[in-house]
Amino acid sequence: MWVYEKKLQYPVKIKNCNPRLAKYIITQYGGPDGELAASLRYLSQRYSMPVEAAKATLNDIGTEELAHLEIVGTIVYQLTKGVPPQILEKEGLGGYYADHDRGIYPVNGDGVPFTAAYIGVKGDPIADLVEDLAAEQKARATYEGLINMTDDPDVIDPLRFLREREVVHFQRFGEALRIVQEKLNEKPFYVKKPDYAKEKPLSNVSPAANIGPGSNVGPAANVSPAANVGPMTNVSPFSNVSPAAEKKKK
Amino acid sequence: MHDAREKLLREIQALEFMEIELNLYLNTHPYDQQALMIFRNTVQQRKMLLDNYERMYGPLTASASNSFPWPWIESPWPWEA
Repeated sequence: MWVYEKKLQYPVKIKNCNPRLAKYIITQYGGPDGELAASLRYLSQRYSMPVEAAKATLNDIGTEELAHLEIVGTIVYQLTKGVPPQILEKEGLGGYYADHDRGIYPVNGDGVPFTAAYIGVKGDPIADLVEDLAAEQKARATYEGLINMTDDPDVIDPLRFLREREVVHFQRFGEALRIVQEKLNEKPFYVKKPDYAKEKPLSNVSPAANIGPGSNVGPAANVSPAANVGPMTNVSPFSNVSPAAEKKKK
Repeated sequence: MHDAREKLLREIQALEFMEIELNLYLNTHPYDQQALMIFRNTVQQRKMLLDNYERMYGPLTASASNSFPWPWIESPWPWEA
C-alpha cells in the first residue's frame, strides 16, 4: 500500500504563468509517455514478474513515477494559475478550459485523453521489461523536447530533474532484465504459453538466452543499461543544499 | 521564517532523494554492503531532520499528526508555490 508524504519529490516554484507551455507539458501527465502511463504500467506489471529483484524494481519505480505525476500536475497547475479564460483560450487551452476549468485532467499535448492502450502488460517478464526500457527512453526524449520549448529556468529545473530520473530508471530496468535473463537461463524454463510448448517442443535453452542490451547483439548495443553504474554517479540535483547530499557511492 | 522552513524541507528532500536512489540500486544489487551502509546512514539522518521539521512546522504524513485541531488539512499542500 502507499503512504503519502506531503511534499514534492523535487521542488516546483514557478513565478511566471505560461498556459501555452502548460498545454504541452500536460502530455507528461496524461500522454503516451507520461508519468501516469509509467506508474500504471510498472505497478501493473509487477504482479506477474517471477523474479524478486524485478518485482522490487517495478514496485519502487512505479511508486516514484506517482511522485513524478504529482510534479507534472504541479507544473501545469502553477503555469495556469490565475490566468483569465480569455488568455487561456488565446493560448490554445479553450477546449480544455471549457471541459475542465483549472482542473488537471490526464490528456496529451493535443487534449487527447489518457488510455490504457498506452501501456503494455504482457505478463511475460522479458516483454514487459524491454517495454519498460523503451518507455523510459520515450519519457526521456519527451522531457528533452519540452525543455527545448522554454527558457524559463523555473520550469526547466524540475523538467531536467525528471529527465535525469528517466535515465536512471532505464539503467535499473536494464539490470532487472539482466537478472531475469540469468534466472531464466539457470534451468530449462518455458517463458511461452503452455499450448505453444506442446505443439513444438523448445530446446533446453531459454528463448531469452541471446537477447539483451547487455550482450553485443541487441537494440541498445551502444548504450548498455546493464553496465555497472552505481547510484548518484552524477552529482545529486540537490547538491547545493547540504554536505550530506554530496556523498557519492564509490 | 519562510526561508528556514524551505531550507529544512530542501535538506529532507535531498536526503530522501539519496534514499530512493540507493533503494533502487540495492533492488538490483542486494549484496552491496557499502551501499547498504550509506542507505542506513541516510535514513537515520533523514529521520532526524524529519522529526525536527514536523515538530516545528507540522506533519508530513497523516499519521504524524499530533495536535489540535487536526493539522493534516493545513496548507501549504505540495502543489502550492
